[in-house]
Amino acid sequence: MSGYNFAYLDEQTKRMIRRAILKAVAIPGYQVPFGSREMPLSYGWGTGGLQVTASVIGPDDVLKVIDQGADDTTNAVSIRRFFARTTGVATTRRTDEATLIQTRHRIPETPLREGQIIVFQVPIPEPLRWLEPREAETRKMHALEEYGIMHVRLYEDITLHGRVATSYDYPVRVNGRYVMRPSPIPKFDNPKLDRSPALLLFGAGREKRIYAVPPYTPVRSLDFEDHPFTIETWEQACGLCGSRESFLDEIIVDDKGGRLFVCSDTDHCERRRDRTR
Amino acid sequence: MTSRGPAAIDVRNLAKSFTLHNQGGVTLPVLRRLCLHVSAGECVVLSDPSGAGKSTLLRAIYGNYKPQSGEILVRHGDRMVDVVSAEPRQILDVRRRTMGYVSQFLRVIPRVPAVLVVAEPLRALGVGRAEAIERAQAILARLRIPERLWELSPVTFSGGEQQRVNVARGFIAGHPILLLDEPTASLDAASRALVVQLVHEARQRGTALLGTFHDTDVRERVATRVVSLSDAEAA
Amino acid sequence: MTAHALLTVRGLTKRYGDRVGCLDVGFDLWSGEVLGVVGESGSGKTTVLHCLSGRLEPTAGSTAFLQRDGSVVDILRLPEAARRRLARTDWALVQQNPRDGLRMAVSAGANVGERIMAVGARHYGQIRGQALDWLTQVEIPRERIDDLPGTFSGGMLQRLQIARCLVTRPRLVFMDEPTGGLDVSVQARLLDLLRGLVADLGLSAIVVTHDLAVARLLAHRLLVMRGGEIVESGLTDQVLDDPQHPYTQLLVSSVLQP
Repeated sequence: MSGYNFAYLDEQTKRMIRRAILKAVAIPGYQVPFGSREMPLSYGWGTGGLQVTASVIGPDDVLKVIDQGADDTTNAVSIRRFFARTTGVATTRRTDEATLIQTRHRIPETPLREGQIIVFQVPIPEPLRWLEPREAETRKMHALEEYGIMHVRLYEDITLHGRVATSYDYPVRVNGRYVMRPSPIPKFDNPKLDRSPALLLFGAGREKRIYAVPPYTPVRSLDFEDHPFTIETWEQACGLCGSRESFLDEIIVDDKGGRLFVCSDTDHCERRRDRTR
Repeated sequence: MTSRGPAAIDVRNLAKSFTLHNQGGVTLPVLRRLCLHVSAGECVVLSDPSGAGKSTLLRAIYGNYKPQSGEILVRHGDRMVDVVSAEPRQILDVRRRTMGYVSQFLRVIPRVPAVLVVAEPLRALGVGRAEAIERAQAILARLRIPERLWELSPVTFSGGEQQRVNVARGFIAGHPILLLDEPTASLDAASRALVVQLVHEARQRGTALLGTFHDTDVRERVATRVVSLSDAEAA
Repeated sequence: MTAHALLTVRGLTKRYGDRVGCLDVGFDLWSGEVLGVVGESGSGKTTVLHCLSGRLEPTAGSTAFLQRDGSVVDILRLPEAARRRLARTDWALVQQNPRDGLRMAVSAGANVGERIMAVGARHYGQIRGQALDWLTQVEIPRERIDDLPGTFSGGMLQRLQIARCLVTRPRLVFMDEPTGGLDVSVQARLLDLLRGLVADLGLSAIVVTHDLAVARLLAHRLLVMRGGEIVESGLTDQVLDDPQHPYTQLLVSSVLQP
C-alpha cells in the first residue's frame, strides 16, 4: 500500500512501542506508559491492541484477529484487513496456524504454544481505579504493593451478592507481584493466562499503557480462601458442535424467543464440526 | 515522736507557693520549708484551720501540685521515690500501686456507673473485671450505698452518696499510703463511723495514713498523731 | 519501666518563611501513655501532629521510634514506602473529620477489614468476624456491618474510623480533635470508648485537642502549646490543677463551668 510504512506506523514509533513492550515483559503485569498514536480507528475500538500488533508484526507472521471469539465480526474483519493491506502478511482463522493473534474479549479455546504472541485490547488498564481516581496515588500503590482495596472489592461483592460477582476483566496477580486487569475476557479464560507458553501483550490506546506477561509466568486470580475462584459452567452443550468445555454464547434465533447456545470461539467450533463430519 | 514502722512518707524542706500571673503576678506562699514524717501504721492528722495549706500539702504529696523546692519521698515498693522530681509516668505508677487519695469532691465522669468508678483502682492493678466488680460491690454495700444505685452514674447522687463512692474508691485497693482530704465531709454519723472503721483496718494492715478531718470526734478516733503545719515548718 | 521510650522527638521545627508553625518541640512518649497536646488555634499543636504523621515535612528535628522488632528508626527520615507501611500497621491516625479517614463508598465492614486485607488476610469469614468484633467494641450495632458509612451519624462515623484504625492493633495512635464537631452527649460516649480502649488495649496515643476537658479525661500527660512552642508540660491533673506558666493559667481559668 503506497504512502504508508510497513504496518502503518513509522519506524520511530515502532521502536518506542517495542521499548515499552520490552520494559513490560521485564516487569510482568506492570503498566508501562507509551506515546499512543492516532490510529485510523476511534478510541475504544482497539487502538492500543492495533499499535502493539503493528509494532511486533513481521513479514513472516501469520495473523489471526478475533472479536468476542469470532473471526467474522465487523471489527475482527476490519482489523484483519487493515493489517493485510498495510503489511501483506498471511492471515488465518486457525488458532494453531497463527503466530500472532489480536483479540478483543476472549482467549481462543485451542491451547496456545511457545512462539505465539497474543495481543489483548484493553479499555481500562488500572485495576485500582474503581476506588482510587488519582493516577499519582494508584502508581504509588502499585509501587508499594498496597493492594488491600482489591480484596475490599471482592469482599463487597461477596457481601452484596453472596459470591464474587465479577465475571469478566477479573483481576489477577502476576508473578506474585503486580495486580493486573486481564482486559474484559470472561473469568472463564483466566486460567489460560497462568503459565501460558505464549507471550501475552496488552495494549490500552486511550489510556496509553502497555503491559505484558512473559511465557510461563504464574498468574493467579484474586480470591478468598473460603470463596475460591471459580469459572462459569453451562448446563447446555454447544448447539452446533456439542462441546461441553468451551465458553458458550447465547443466541436468539427467532422472534418467538428461541435460543441456541454456541461456542464463542468460531474457529474451535468449526474444527470440532469438521472432525465429526 | 514514736514511729511504728519504716518511713512511708518523708517530706523534706517542702516549699510551695502560688503565683497568679493573670492577677498582677501576686505570689501566695503556702508552705515554707516543711518537714514531715509518716510511718507505716500511723494515722497522722493535720490540725490547722482551713486555708493554712493542709490540702496543698496532701495534693503536693500526691503529685497534683508542684512544689517550688524540697523533696517528697514516698516508699514505693522497696525504693523511695521523690514525687517532686519524678517523671510523670513514675508518679502514675506510684498512684496506681502505692498511694491512694480520697478528696472532698468526686470528679464525676458522666456515663460511668458507680460500681465501675469504685472498681477502677483494682482494674488498674490488673485485677480481673468480675473480681473487681465483686469487691467494689462489697465495699459499696459496707458503706450503705443502696444496691439500686450501683449501676447508676454518681452524677445524680447526693453529696453524701458521692462522698461515700469516693471513700470506697480510695480504700478498695489497700494502698500502703493513703491521703485523706476531709473524707467525712457531708457524711452522717453512721457513715462517719464506717470511715473510722476503714481507717482502723487500714492501719492494722500497716498503711500509712495522712489526712485532715474537720470533725473533731472523728479526728480523735482515728489520729495516732496530730501535727500542725506551722510546727512542721522550720523557722 | 521499659528502657527505651516508644517515641522520642527532639527539636521538631516547621517554618513557613518567617512564620513558625512549631519551634523546637521535644518530648518522650512511653508505651501505654496518652500524651495530650493542648492549645488554642495557631498554637502549633496540629502542625506537630502533621509533621509526625507524615502529612507535613518538618524544617528540622529528629525522632526515634521503637519498632516491634526492637529496632529504632527516625520516622522523619524513613523512605516513603516504609512510612506508609508503618502508617497502615503500627500506627494509626484518627482524623478530626471521620469522612477523611474512611472510604465512604464501601460498607462499614469493608472499611474495618481493609487494613487486615492489606496485610494479607484472605479468609472472608474471618475478616468479617473480626469486623463484627470491632463494631461491637466501638458500640456500633452489628447489623450495620453492610451499610454504607453515608448512612451513619457523626458519632457513629467517628467510632467506625476508630475501629478501622485499631484493627491492626497499632502501638501508636494519633488523634486529631477526636471529639470535634460532635454533640456533647455523643462526645461523652466517644470519650468513654476511647478511655476504655486505651486501658484495655494498652494503647499509646498522642491526642491533639483544644478542649481541656477531653485532655483531662484521656491524657496522662499534657503538653501546652502556644505560638508554636511548648510552654508547659507535666502530669495532666498537675498542669490543669496547678498551672505554672501564665498562659496555662489563662487557658485553665478561661474554661466555662456549666
